[in-house]
Amino acid sequence: MASSRRNDADGALAGRHGLDRRDFIRVCTMAAVAVGLPASVGVKWAEAAAKGLKPSVIWLHFQECTGCTESLLRTSHPALAQLILDLVSLDYCETLFAAAGYQAEDALKSAMAANAGKYICVVEGAIPTKDNGIYCKIGGKTAIDMLNEVAEKAGAIIAIGSCASFGGIPAADPNPTGATGAPMILAGKTVVTIPGCPANPYNFLGTALQFVTFGTLPALDEKGRPRFAYGRVIHEDCPRRPHFDAGRFVQQFGDQGHRDGWCLYKMGCKGPVTHANCSLQPFCEVPGAWPIGIGHPCVGCTEQAVAFRIPLHTTVEIENPTPPAGYPPIKAPQGGVSAAAAGLAGLVGGALVGGGWVAAKKVDGGGEKAGAKPDKGA
Amino acid sequence: MSSHAQVHVAMGGRLMTRPFIVLLAIAGVGAVMAAVRFFYGIGAVSNLSNGYPWGVWIAIDVVVGTAIGCGGYAVGILVYILNRGQYHPLVRPAVLTSLLGYGLAVIAVIIDLGRFWSLWKVPVYVWRWSHSPQLEVALCVAAYTLVLMIELSPALFEKLRTGTSTRLRRLAQTGLTLVEKNFVWILALGLLLPTMHQSSLGTMMLLPGPRMHPLWLTPWLPLLFVVNCILIGYAVVVLEATFSAAAFGRPRETTMLASLSRIAGWVAVGWAVFRIGEAALAGKLGYLNSGYGIAFMAEVLLPLAAAAILLSERRHQTVWQVRGAILLFLGAALHRVDAYLVAFRPGSAFSYFPAVPELLITFGIIAAEVAIYIAVVKTFPILEGPAPAKKTL
Repeated sequence: MASSRRNDADGALAGRHGLDRRDFIRVCTMAAVAVGLPASVGVKWAEAAAKGLKPSVIWLHFQECTGCTESLLRTSHPALAQLILDLVSLDYCETLFAAAGYQAEDALKSAMAANAGKYICVVEGAIPTKDNGIYCKIGGKTAIDMLNEVAEKAGAIIAIGSCASFGGIPAADPNPTGATGAPMILAGKTVVTIPGCPANPYNFLGTALQFVTFGTLPALDEKGRPRFAYGRVIHEDCPRRPHFDAGRFVQQFGDQGHRDGWCLYKMGCKGPVTHANCSLQPFCEVPGAWPIGIGHPCVGCTEQAVAFRIPLHTTVEIENPTPPAGYPPIKAPQGGVSAAAAGLAGLVGGALVGGGWVAAKKVDGGGEKAGAKPDKGA
Repeated sequence: MSSHAQVHVAMGGRLMTRPFIVLLAIAGVGAVMAAVRFFYGIGAVSNLSNGYPWGVWIAIDVVVGTAIGCGGYAVGILVYILNRGQYHPLVRPAVLTSLLGYGLAVIAVIIDLGRFWSLWKVPVYVWRWSHSPQLEVALCVAAYTLVLMIELSPALFEKLRTGTSTRLRRLAQTGLTLVEKNFVWILALGLLLPTMHQSSLGTMMLLPGPRMHPLWLTPWLPLLFVVNCILIGYAVVVLEATFSAAAFGRPRETTMLASLSRIAGWVAVGWAVFRIGEAALAGKLGYLNSGYGIAFMAEVLLPLAAAAILLSERRHQTVWQVRGAILLFLGAALHRVDAYLVAFRPGSAFSYFPAVPELLITFGIIAAEVAIYIAVVKTFPILEGPAPAKKTL
């Protein structure tokens, strides 16, 4: 039976890392839902991984802090890091490799040869271009050359993090190394960008797994960001949005509004111009673990034109400064107490309570006619 | 076969009395307004806004309405958990009130829902909103309404058992046996479900967070709502037992109600002490010096005033029983309206007071509740009568 076979396969998988089947299926379905696919797809991924249909991944590190890898590995769910490594075959990764030197370079070459045209090339970190790219070299090769070489035969190219997507912090002014993102180097190729500082692991996992299972990439916007994660601005799904609409703003860190969780727009929140799913897909499964969740304005790390370009506390333009038509204006004319309504409410309420109070005396004797209505409601 | 089944009798008598017609008329006006709402939208009949999506329909018809329906729960705890069997005559009418309270709350929800045609999705796509306390309330209320119907079904079966058709009689007998055999499970559910969703009604008003006035924003709100529904439950049982006895010329249950009043009184004292104590410990007494403080004190002092009556010797007089119950009801219901409307502050741009048609729908629902109650006790064996006209098996 199919189901028992799946159990066995997953059981074998679980045995290797001391994980149970439930954990494994759970992370797969979470990643599936993150990409906007039905949860059942997650089960398919789990099956594919259990059968050994794991895609080869070549992970390149350039100018960066390795925060994206760290966040992928240091998730709140203890098993997640291992599960990620179960779902993909990580054939080259400088951070996680035991190998070093020529051994590592050999692994890169053999993986590229064995999986040519099928492997996923993940880029983490910005690529320096100034002075022929001499500011980042590995094994004597510049980052530009490495990237071009690996991307040439890749089945899919994913740039994880803001540095790989558009330069990020290394590209901040004055940009001494001429750092830029992978899409700029690989002009003409489809590069999926997962910006974020660091990127949400689930956005990466969902994209990678979709490619593994269906051989397709998710729908992308003009900057190469998957629409499932970057289709809407933070502002639209912000948990503090009602405060914005009601005009309740934090004026100063630590003021009463800040303590009450009001809108951080005036503190320089970039939420209104930043496309990301931070408020919907908790970072590393920790609800509230994102800037606005802890009372800090959004820094706009997923936007090339915002993060590390506009000062932290500078406010941004808002597309629709006035609330949508469905909301009353800031000074609403509505809500007047109509005399008729107040009178009616008072009359009926008073009649019921007063009537009940008086009727209490009438029913005291017992056995008289049905004069009093049962008093329920008020 | 339980022995008590034989003493419940239908009250009989003419249905179309004047009060009944008045009630029907009020319910009819409400129905017309509800029709306007379904053809022209919520905005046409109410003052609800995006800031105040919940108005009197939710605060009174659903939140207070289900509490009125907690008479069955409150008496059920006494009879079946604390084993105070002497209150048993109060159970079946209380369960009827519960069923009406909950059934009409469901109707109020349908009127209040913007996209009511999607309501069927709630139980079907459960996993989509599995984190929502509203889902808990919705499923729990639906399940409890079902349980109440089963709890009340012996009344229907007993009625059918006296009918003319042999097959129907046999069916009724089978149904009655089935229900009575499994009654303990139904009862357990009937006591569990209200505990769940009444506390969730409190949980829901924790969600607005700082939009709630601090006097009502307390992690104890779910517990407060459970205790509150017991207060309302006792008050409603006293009112309903007294007025239906008067209306149908039945013997009074004054002694029983007096001892029930004593219990209700102590619960009310506990309520008031807890409410004040919690506010004091949380350092929120400073808020009492405001309009909100008046609302807060009213929901503490009204039950206390009721307790003063119900714990004194006056509780043996019907008149003071009723007055105590009214005060208790007012205080406890006020807490619910406070939590759902008064304490909820969506921002200075919004304000809310119900519109006339909105109120008419609420009144219509309450009138319908009373009218159906009258019709049912006249037709079905709900109340305990002086003596059954014909001894049924």
